[in-house]
Amino acid sequence: MAQKTIENLEEVTIRFAGDSGDGMQLTGTQFTNTTAILGNDLSTLPDYPAEIRAPAGTLFGVSGFQIHFGSNEINTPGDHCDVLVAMNAAALKVNLQSLLDGGSIIVNTDGFNDKNLKLAGYTQNPLKDDSLSKFRVYEVDISKLTALALQDMTISGKLIDRSKNFFALGMMYWMYNRPLETTLDWLKTKFKNKPEILEANIRVLKAGWNFSETTEIFAVRYDVAPAKLPPGRYRNITGNQAVAWGFMAAAKKAKLELFLGSYPITPASDILHELSLYKSHGVKTFQAEDEIAGISSAIGASFGGALAITTTSGPGVALKTEAIGLAVMVELPLVICNVQRGGPSTGLPTKTEQADLLQALYGRNGEAPLPVIAASTPSGCFDAAFEASRIALKYMTPVILLTDGYLGNGSEPWMIPDLDALPDISPSFVTTPEGFQPYSRDHDTLARPWAIPGTPGLEHRIGGLEKQDITGNVSYDPENHDLMVRLRAEKIERIANDIPLSEVEGAPSGDLLIVGWGGTYGSLKNVVARQRAKGHSVSHLHLRYLNPMPRNVGEILLKFKHVLVPEINLGQLVKVLRSKYLVPATGFNKVRGLPLRSAELEIEIEEILKGKR
Amino acid sequence: MTTLIEDLVNSTAGIPAQKYSAKDFATDQDVRWCPGCGDYSILAQTQRVMPDLGIPKHKTVFVSGIGCSSRFPYYMDTFGFHSIHGRATAIASGLKIARPDLSVWVVTGDGDGMSIGGNHFIHLMRRNIDLNVLLFNNQIYGLTKGQYSPTSEIGKITKSTPFGSLDFPFNPASLALGSSATFVARTLDRDPKHMQGIIKRAAEHKGTSFVEIYQNCNVFNDGAFFQFTEKDSKDETVVFIEHGKPLIFGKEKEKGIRLNGFSPEVVSLKDGKYSVNDLLVHNEKDTTLSFILADMTHKPHLPRPVGIFLAIDRPVYDREMDRQISFAREQRGIGDLKKLFTSGDSWVVQ
Repeated sequence: MAQKTIENLEEVTIRFAGDSGDGMQLTGTQFTNTTAILGNDLSTLPDYPAEIRAPAGTLFGVSGFQIHFGSNEINTPGDHCDVLVAMNAAALKVNLQSLLDGGSIIVNTDGFNDKNLKLAGYTQNPLKDDSLSKFRVYEVDISKLTALALQDMTISGKLIDRSKNFFALGMMYWMYNRPLETTLDWLKTKFKNKPEILEANIRVLKAGWNFSETTEIFAVRYDVAPAKLPPGRYRNITGNQAVAWGFMAAAKKAKLELFLGSYPITPASDILHELSLYKSHGVKTFQAEDEIAGISSAIGASFGGALAITTTSGPGVALKTEAIGLAVMVELPLVICNVQRGGPSTGLPTKTEQADLLQALYGRNGEAPLPVIAASTPSGCFDAAFEASRIALKYMTPVILLTDGYLGNGSEPWMIPDLDALPDISPSFVTTPEGFQPYSRDHDTLARPWAIPGTPGLEHRIGGLEKQDITGNVSYDPENHDLMVRLRAEKIERIANDIPLSEVEGAPSGDLLIVGWGGTYGSLKNVVARQRAKGHSVSHLHLRYLNPMPRNVGEILLKFKHVLVPEINLGQLVKVLRSKYLVPATGFNKVRGLPLRSAELEIEIEEILKGKR
Repeated sequence: MTTLIEDLVNSTAGIPAQKYSAKDFATDQDVRWCPGCGDYSILAQTQRVMPDLGIPKHKTVFVSGIGCSSRFPYYMDTFGFHSIHGRATAIASGLKIARPDLSVWVVTGDGDGMSIGGNHFIHLMRRNIDLNVLLFNNQIYGLTKGQYSPTSEIGKITKSTPFGSLDFPFNPASLALGSSATFVARTLDRDPKHMQGIIKRAAEHKGTSFVEIYQNCNVFNDGAFFQFTEKDSKDETVVFIEHGKPLIFGKEKEKGIRLNGFSPEVVSLKDGKYSVNDLLVHNEKDTTLSFILADMTHKPHLPRPVGIFLAIDRPVYDREMDRQISFAREQRGIGDLKKLFTSGDSWVVQ
């Protein structure tokens, strides 16, 4: 056996890339789960095309999955990768730009035949010239080795071909010293009724491991020690799953039934899939005929006393807009979750973006204010969904919850919360007709009462026509309309008294404040930490509440010489901050459908600090 | 642990429906339809039928969209929701799925239900959610002051079609049947007794019941249905279809409908050629027959069919959803979030 040495690494980023039919998302997810259980901190980024099975070997059919893991705190899926696993020439071509100089490439040489090279647009084989000289290239004929491992089984060539991702996974498990058990257990459950597929996948996974162990190709393997996370029980979770579970926890703590009205849309559908599993929890999911029926059914369920939600992405919000206005008018609790993707129109369905902030804040006819909350990490989606529900129920209002494609599909370890410690958010339904008025208001919150059909004596009518103050009767009175417009606005403004003040990460004053919101949290946190390590006076404010904003935001902004607002849009939060607080904040904007890259933001920051901007 | 809604439903389960009168279903709001509008009759017949249904007022909800018809909930002393254009069916669907214990009614019109709400309408029909849909068909947009609607006859001259409309109208009954509805009926604003009977049957039907009501808009489309509703013509132009009975019409009951192949034709019962025994006998459980009868609607040589086209049983969506929940709970026990959160792969950091 070859002599192998083990090196310790603090962190590493691996990118699996192949055809969209190669199972790269599955491979990445398995590596992630195993890594999570080993106790590493991690962050993942699936990067896949909108086409389900694009023609094999094409550039636009490449599907990637990046995992960044380590023994330290990991905040992002990584700007670049250290290791690229490329199953064919197209995967290499698309992903090479994200590989660090000196990084490793593990290629499946079978994916570099003439046809593959041509489809990928290579005029000559990059494995045969010196174009990859700044990387360490490991050439393995994964397809052939997979076929060899299965040669005595009578299974189809198609199945053999579809098992090769497990060879690559086995190699990576060996290289990063990960056990096979998590994946073996998963396979045994997944294919318990398909013994042939089970056998084939187990063999190929082990073959990949054993090949790495015995071959001369790999001289070094790596160890990444567990991270020092705060004590508690953890599991790995994606943002979409965390949103679903956050709503379930909210329904539980509100003592309400959870109702989801939704229509399939990328990248939000996984929330619908997840919640549709939980019939035994009493969760009702309704896959409606369109986006409008999705939200309308939720409004109906809310009228009936459910914790009602609708989940979608930007184009779906556009369709739901009129119904959101109705929910504002009838003042019923509702959460609209927008998993933002690249726009406008169909845009980039599978890519991330933050360009729906102004839509969330202002995109309705009439004066139709509502609370807007944004999650900032995949696991934080749980708290954000819970908080959005709390506010909706307490203030009798629709709430928009913003996540994005990166947060929804990305994953990280999540410290499982103590359900008993979560607050009771149960509403008080009106129980008696004595003094009941549909549009009377709570003294503090200005919320109107929730009077549920089925309660004797509370028969009343609501609707989208302007309401008379207190009685809720239809009213065209000019003064009443002015009053109601102001009451609805003030109700939302008062929520600022019920949310925590914003906290600056870093010094409370200084040269530069980075203000962000949503899924850029991890990138910005890393950038600011590195800048501070360099001795620069840079702090970070990340807004979770976009409307209303915490009461101290204006105060914080004024304590810095410069305010820079990095966003994955052309400058939406910066517009709001400038108009609301009259500060000369500037933007840093990249709209590529990808998370922000730290390096280019750091250049911008240093330019500002040098007085060049 | 029960939910607040379960508590409410359980605590009010024993409260019987009072002995109501029609007046108990009237609200204190001034009715704002134009004097002479057919909507008044529909409101009156609905209020008259309600006391017979044995459902407490607090368990009854009327949901509407936008249009003249959709003001209806303001005049019914039940729970009510006047929503947005075309979406009443979708809102009511969510309400009924969340609250199967309620009696939920949708009031809509030919513009609201057939045009902007057409998509929701067809999907409601196929799902068979236990809702009652009353569609006031006046073949015109009234609230927006007189544009042609999706049920207006071809060539209709209106404000938006000064040279006549080009589009062929929907026949709502055929559309409902084509969408796999389980209860489809037609009635007339000027025939109170018939309408009461139909509304009652609709309320009793388990699943979506769809009732098209010919309703006169005396301002923008006056007399659209007079040939079917007025004394001097209706005997000759309308055939009332009733389960188990032959299709007979005419002033002296001297005409009938017979099937020639799949095509209905009018035959005389006087000339000795045909007798009652030759006539088509209605069977409201027969889906094929329902299509043939509804298809008579736009055929000028045939009388207009009025009555219940179809009334069949099929699994009801909201009940099936409750059944799935009960089944899942029987199989796996009542869901426990703490267990769910720690299910699968989790690990402890000390």
